[in-house]
Amino acid sequence: MPNVFTANRLSDGLVVYLGRDGNWLRDLASAGVAEDKDGIAVLEAMAAQSAKDQIIVGAYPMDVEIDAGKPRAKSVRERIRAAHRPTIKPVSEAN
Amino acid sequence: MYRYDEFDRDFLADRNRDFRGQVARRLAGDLSEDEFKPLRLMNGLYLQLHAYMLRVAIPYGVLSSRQLRQLGMIARRWDKGFGHWTTRQNIQFNWIKLTDVPDILEALAEVDMHAIQTSGNCIRNVTADPLAGAAADEIEDPRVWAEIIRQWSTNHPEFSFLPRKFKFAITGALEDRAAIAFHDIGIRMVGGPGGTKGFRIYAGGGQGRTPYVAQEVKDFLEPGQLLSYLEAMLRVYNMHGRRDNMYKARIKILVNAIGVDAYRDQVEAEWKRIQSEGIDFPAEEVERIRAHFAAPKLPNMRVDEAAFSKARAKDAGFDRWVRHNVSQHRNPQYAIVSVAFKEPGRPPGDASATEMEQVADAAERYSRGEVRVTYSQNVILPHVARVDLHDLYSDLKSAGLVEGNTDLITDIIACPGLDYCNLANARAIPVAQDITERFSDPKRAEDIGELRLNISGCINACGHHHAGHIGILGVDKKGTEHYQITLGGSPGDDASVGSILGPSFPAEDITDAIENIVETYLAKRQDGEAFLTTYKRIGADPFKEALYGTR
Ligand code: HEM
Ligand code: SF4
Repeated sequence: MPNVFTANRLSDGLVVYLGRDGNWLRDLASAGVAEDKDGIAVLEAMAAQSAKDQIIVGAYPMDVEIDAGKPRAKSVRERIRAAHRPTIKPVSEAN
Repeated sequence: MYRYDEFDRDFLADRNRDFRGQVARRLAGDLSEDEFKPLRLMNGLYLQLHAYMLRVAIPYGVLSSRQLRQLGMIARRWDKGFGHWTTRQNIQFNWIKLTDVPDILEALAEVDMHAIQTSGNCIRNVTADPLAGAAADEIEDPRVWAEIIRQWSTNHPEFSFLPRKFKFAITGALEDRAAIAFHDIGIRMVGGPGGTKGFRIYAGGGQGRTPYVAQEVKDFLEPGQLLSYLEAMLRVYNMHGRRDNMYKARIKILVNAIGVDAYRDQVEAEWKRIQSEGIDFPAEEVERIRAHFAAPKLPNMRVDEAAFSKARAKDAGFDRWVRHNVSQHRNPQYAIVSVAFKEPGRPPGDASATEMEQVADAAERYSRGEVRVTYSQNVILPHVARVDLHDLYSDLKSAGLVEGNTDLITDIIACPGLDYCNLANARAIPVAQDITERFSDPKRAEDIGELRLNISGCINACGHHHAGHIGILGVDKKGTEHYQITLGGSPGDDASVGSILGPSFPAEDITDAIENIVETYLAKRQDGEAFLTTYKRIGADPFKEALYGTR
């Protein structure tokens, strides 16, 4: 079961994903994927360190599916988070 | 309106200075998230799906044009250009950066606003009749008492850490427009012996996982005794309240577990004990607060009834708007106007910065700079001269805010749901958009008549689905969004909790199911009776048959 780590960035709350190099990225497709328990443990340790370093809050692992070699969110919730926007047309300055 | 005095302003400035320090310490790593979370929640700051969400208190739903304009400024400068009216007469901003919050709180304080007690296990913003001070059926202005409760409950040492959050609603009118029966404590002003006025007190209402309609605790309470009685009610609850299970800690659970009579006995005993403690505000203080809400001196504005009728006859949109969005003011030359944020296809409750400014302008021009926010996520202009109605309509029309659909099927209440909320099972806003588009023909909506349709994205029931004539609840069924339908709820004087109709529907079928229910009602209704009346007369079976009969 492939997994990535996701969290919200402390400073602005935005959704981020843990990259292989330990950086937190906005784009789920660039996230580091763990294929097994050991892989998850590595990501988890990095996430815990980032929480200590005041970079992110509320990190957790999430199931993904792999599409053309890239992770993709499975649940509706995670798809909405990964899109960084609601599925509705918001009433904004644009209209 | 209530205006802050020096003490209020200093208090707020201190609080904001504290929080600025706390944010800085959090960002520097001197506070952990566990330490910081309760502090940010005390300032209305949640972490949601996409970002931080800031819930700003609009005490009893009352805003000035100046405050509304400032909310618009905040939306534009620090959010994505919009905010969301909540069902508790507050506003939420969805895309807030932690680093900006201290500045936002300062901008709020500039207009005597804050985000205190909009979260956490304390006494939350007191909600009230949005037509307060204007309605023709009003016994007494409830804002005076809402403000007194606000002052008493703000930073109340004993009630800042209750077993769970605590919500009050108050109405001073004959008709309950504040859903008082769905609050922990509901207060209704009533006439008493010898022409006096006082309060009838209800307790134990609520929605969420275990919905209850509040029960009467005190038939008549003299005005001067309100706070000591509320204090006794809270103390009994606080002593009993279950802290072991978060879902069971509400006063509704206590009242229903021991029975309202036992609860009343304990409250009365406690009340006797504490009456000498000087909790009630002295009469001068009540009068000082009352003076803030003195009825505005409305100038004589005669309306030419013939011209008014002609304007209505000429413009079907205006005519419909007058029928549904204009209600009776206590001064016959004036009217109360509901500004609809519910054009079919719109996300219920969302208001753009520009719209906030447009409404603020309209209020300034036509309603003495007064604005109210309703729990049904619309906005009220309380004091509009009838002679100005057509001009106001034209102004609102250019702002796109003249849908004449108050309390019709397209006036849906919806919570943020899975598009924003961390606790959601399913989306609510897109369902509302879909349904309102299906019923977008204004003639059809009007023919269907009064119909409260409410949607929540999970059982916390922020979208009041239990109190909807038709309620829709988002549930998670094996990882997919499903929707359960309830029928027969009502928020008003005939308050009731809706009953589940049957198995849930997947997202793609929910709008059809609603249409089916509406068509069933139309086929069965007699003499133009309202949906709820038909439902009460014929029961759930015909609807069940229509929806599930062929399965
Ligand atoms: C998006 C962030 C929100 C969160 C995390 C949240 C959370 C909750 C929770 C956990 C409850 C259940 C409380 C209980 O049973 O003790 C609740 C109830 C409620 N919320 Fe929200 N809510 C949110 C937004 C809203 C919004 C936007 C509205 C209005 C549209 C709202 C209005 C209410 C109301 C009216 C209740 C019912 C209170 C009762 O139990 O009687 N909330 N909320
Ligand atoms: S009802 Fe549920 S989904 Fe909707 S806002 Fe409340 S907690 Fe979120």
